[in-house]
Amino acid sequence: MTTRITSGVKGGIGTSVLRPDGEPKVIGNFAYASDLSSENMLWGATLRSPHAHARLTKLDTAPALAMAGVRAVVTQDDVPGEPLFGQEEQDQPVLCDGTARYWGEPVAVVAAEDEETARRAAAAILVEWEPVAPVDDPDRAADEGSTFREMKIRRGDEAAMGSVVVEGFYETATQDQAPLGPEAGFAIPDGEGGLDLYLTSQWIHVDHRQIIACLDMEPDQIRCHPAGIGGAFGSREDISLHIHVAMLSLATGRPVKMVYDRSESFVGHVKRHPSRMWYRHEADDEGNLVKVTARLVFDGGAYAHTSRAVLANAAFFTVGAYRCDNVVVDAIAAKTNNPPCGAMRGFGAVQTCFGSEMQMDRLAEALDMDPLDIRRRNALAPGDPLATSGQIIEGSLPTLAVIDAVEAIPLPDPLDDDDPRLLPGGTGLTSPASSVVRGVGYAVGVKNLAFSEGFDDFAEARVVMTTAGVEVHTAAMEVGQGLVTVCQQIARTILGTDQVAVVWDDTSQIGSAGSTSASRQTQMTGGAVHAASVGLRDRIITEHEGDELREDGVYRNGDRVATIAEICANGPVEYHERFRHPETFEPDENGQGDVHAGLVVAAHRAVVDVDPELGLVRVIRVDTAQDVGKALNPQAITGQLEGGIMQGVGLAVMEQLVVDRGVIKNPTFTDYLIPTFVDAPDVETRIIEEGDHWGPFGAKGIGESPTISSTPAIVAAISNAIGKDLTRVPVLPEDIIGNAALEVAPLS
Amino acid sequence: MNVTITINGEERAFSVEGHESLLSALRTELGLAGTKDACEQGECGSCTVIFDGESVCSCLVMAADADGSTVTTVEGLAPDGVLHRVQEAMLAEGAVQCGFCTPGFVVAGSHLLETNPHPTEPEIREALSGNICRCTGYGAILRAFEIVTREGS
Amino acid sequence: MEFIAANDLDEALAAKAQHADAQLLAGGTDLMVEINLAHHRPTRVISLRRVEDLKDLSPGRIGAGVTWARLERNGHQGLAQAARTVGSPQIRAAGTIGGNVGMASPAGDGLPWIAAAEASIEVRSMERGARTIPWNEFFIGVKRTSLETDEIITAVVVPEDVPTAQEFAKVGARNAMVISTVSCIVMQGDDGVRVALGSVATTPMRATRAEEMINAESTISDSVLSEFARIVSREVRPITDHRSTEAYRRHASGVLARRLVERSLR
Repeated sequence: MTTRITSGVKGGIGTSVLRPDGEPKVIGNFAYASDLSSENMLWGATLRSPHAHARLTKLDTAPALAMAGVRAVVTQDDVPGEPLFGQEEQDQPVLCDGTARYWGEPVAVVAAEDEETARRAAAAILVEWEPVAPVDDPDRAADEGSTFREMKIRRGDEAAMGSVVVEGFYETATQDQAPLGPEAGFAIPDGEGGLDLYLTSQWIHVDHRQIIACLDMEPDQIRCHPAGIGGAFGSREDISLHIHVAMLSLATGRPVKMVYDRSESFVGHVKRHPSRMWYRHEADDEGNLVKVTARLVFDGGAYAHTSRAVLANAAFFTVGAYRCDNVVVDAIAAKTNNPPCGAMRGFGAVQTCFGSEMQMDRLAEALDMDPLDIRRRNALAPGDPLATSGQIIEGSLPTLAVIDAVEAIPLPDPLDDDDPRLLPGGTGLTSPASSVVRGVGYAVGVKNLAFSEGFDDFAEARVVMTTAGVEVHTAAMEVGQGLVTVCQQIARTILGTDQVAVVWDDTSQIGSAGSTSASRQTQMTGGAVHAASVGLRDRIITEHEGDELREDGVYRNGDRVATIAEICANGPVEYHERFRHPETFEPDENGQGDVHAGLVVAAHRAVVDVDPELGLVRVIRVDTAQDVGKALNPQAITGQLEGGIMQGVGLAVMEQLVVDRGVIKNPTFTDYLIPTFVDAPDVETRIIEEGDHWGPFGAKGIGESPTISSTPAIVAAISNAIGKDLTRVPVLPEDIIGNAALEVAPLS
Repeated sequence: MNVTITINGEERAFSVEGHESLLSALRTELGLAGTKDACEQGECGSCTVIFDGESVCSCLVMAADADGSTVTTVEGLAPDGVLHRVQEAMLAEGAVQCGFCTPGFVVAGSHLLETNPHPTEPEIREALSGNICRCTGYGAILRAFEIVTREGS
Repeated sequence: MEFIAANDLDEALAAKAQHADAQLLAGGTDLMVEINLAHHRPTRVISLRRVEDLKDLSPGRIGAGVTWARLERNGHQGLAQAARTVGSPQIRAAGTIGGNVGMASPAGDGLPWIAAAEASIEVRSMERGARTIPWNEFFIGVKRTSLETDEIITAVVVPEDVPTAQEFAKVGARNAMVISTVSCIVMQGDDGVRVALGSVATTPMRATRAEEMINAESTISDSVLSEFARIVSREVRPITDHRSTEAYRRHASGVLARRLVERSLR
């Protein structure tokens, strides 16, 4: 089964064409993974550990198997191949291997005739546990050497000193991606011992590699298909139920469907690492950065996932978008019994951007400088070395331009409205306008594009000319961001035809597109589509000795020499491309080297209204200027900027997974709060187009950038409103009010 | 147990489980998968339907209790392939990304316009504050509703 | 599961008399969450959705089946303000005040108003008929009430002399669709200031010592208000949980109470 989206829309790059999957989505017939079903289908359900750390002393599946309608129960003993999986490091058992290392770790999975029976059967499995004290303090874990990665960066002169020094300690909470679409998988036996798998994923080829290893099957026996995805934001980069649903289908010989409910989803995917960051910034009297020293402790939770890469990203962006010749960073990803962490939009750069931007504001204050002037003075530009890795920056990096552009956006009018919906507290009617003060804050954020540190990063695409139009084949995951539209636009622009359809291939039909993450698909799969389209165009023109390809055929000196039918006389003509970005390298032992393929920068300005007495905030505006390289689809860019900013708003003022001794206390939408329409700021955007050195048409990926510096801009604005430094996100009412003001003795 | 519900103008008689929600019945018993299941606790609005004239979360309606009721789902808003103006506007303004929240916004938004044809911006925000969108940041959704509101005036 | 769709109050009462274990279903906004997420499986459910007798709404008597959406438009001012903060528009279209009263959550948004209004809860059983229970005898603990197993909540009975000056506010961790961290209502009537709060004790509570203090003053000056707020903060009995801390709830209780007195004087 291939999913085909036929283009009914027109338009090449630079235009805001409509997305081809938009209509099915607005009328409700777009098939998400959780919507799939078939005759004769079983439902899967998962039994999970109720402890963050415990030894499994008894596991008896007999009571579940004895229930009517139950068709299979699978435990770790049933895993036929590699017992462990993992994207970077294979360290997590498919199911509990005798020790539960985090709360909610899968222990056994059940297949039954209906969802209710499956769930009841999972609950009927007899388990006994011997709880072990969980390691829940990442600092302690780090001290004890329980880590996924320890990394150091040493650049320049460690003894260098500035005349002005500011130190700070910052913390960021665990943020959940909370995509609306739950984890879902659908496995269909192929009748020959293999399976077709429809999965919520960001990278089906890396899932495929892990699945076949654990199932001990040949690559062509398992085909992973892209399925409709309800958002991702990093949460689907690692395996969740993929191997489980496959094992249940193999065990029963029947189609099996698994869907997590919301509470399961909160334990079923990795999160943004909570962080603790100590910083010392030293500058000279003019505000030039002299040295930055930092210690970063990220809590990776129980299993590795992408913690190594997240930590490296955090470390490489410790200094942010600024020049600095002397840098000392010690970074640790700790291994604990807390919820496993991995990718989330911004991938490590979010945490260090918060720390470093707070530091830049403090430095400006210490120097009595304008916060933007100190940023301009140190702004990183092409040709400069990145402060941490020392690599000379190639391509575009308009740091000054984004700062100037965001500053030039007019500020909103002063608060003059008593409409509660526009005030802190909203319709709770807590905060009259007279209780509200306004603040403005700025932040700048930089991040790498695509994969770094020597990873063999590529994307494949196949572009096919048929008499019915052009097909773009890819296995890149469309998770909502609009890659489908960009692929069409690029192919249309190169091939001169509106008739372009994107066809999603499974893992047996095309090679990897790499992950839909790291802001990379517009550049990587877009780059592959661009190169394949150019290759196809040139092949056709050469074949027919023409000089131009148009919608209706090949032309030479303005005359048509071959129609599309003639081009395709012997069948469709195609061109396959495996696209790679400029090579990157592993850093040396001091964290030095050409580790990144490119950088993207953005600036944010937040305007907040704060009720200081109650500690309530309404984010009024978050304006942004975004480096995009080249705008391929302006409307889609605006959507990414506004959406990314909202996740930055969430982390700034409300989103945090509350974890107590390894147990998540708020795994529901009642208590893990995501900004609503009433919490949403207005957003004004400015797009800076300075073509980059390798993306298609000079484009850069911008998926993550809006989430990086929006958070510190909001915190800076709150600080500005209340005249007080803030050091952790989300900013809670207590942080704004201050603990001293909260001390009240109860009446006896 | 057996229920009869008028769904998108058509009377449907079918059997439901005792604990089953209207959301589950729509999706699994009737194959109307346009109504989305994202939280099952009334905190996201993805499953919004019009139930006897009110915009409600179908996850919180017991299917058995919906016997005799009239329900409109997202599938009922573009019956002959002609898009509802809310659907048109959301499409045109780029208010759809992953699209998982979209049916809920379409249904809640169409109900808003029926009860308040010319909402102000704060009214739009409040009326749709029970619908969570994780992708768009609501900006494009707001622009879509402002267009529909202007059209109507 | 047995499902009983009561067509009128007598049917509902008869069913409840016969099945003490039956769960009552009104708007579904609490029961269905338990069923969906906690996988609670009731053996018997009595639906009150069709019971028109419960939907009457007058100033003195609010039927248990009146939804928040109706209260937002028609209720007493403070109750209307509270209704507007309940869940989302979808929740308010379904959820009822009777459900809020029956659940008796410390965070129930309608409950402080009931306490401040000195309202009573009217309940009925088939065997013993109706009884009216003062609010402070009805709410006896976290999600605990004095409702008997054969009884159904039929109405909130509001005294005729309920003050018309009513101001409500609710603090939550988000600006819409949020569980209350602290909620507060102030009424100003002939008997002086009344203050009630939610989410700061096991039940809705009146800040009686603060009321006594402020009602003993002839003029409400800034210093009186500050002292009043301080007493409210000291008088409440909140806890620390994953939504907030005891200290913040104390603080916010005082701030809200003071602001609402100011607002109700305007």
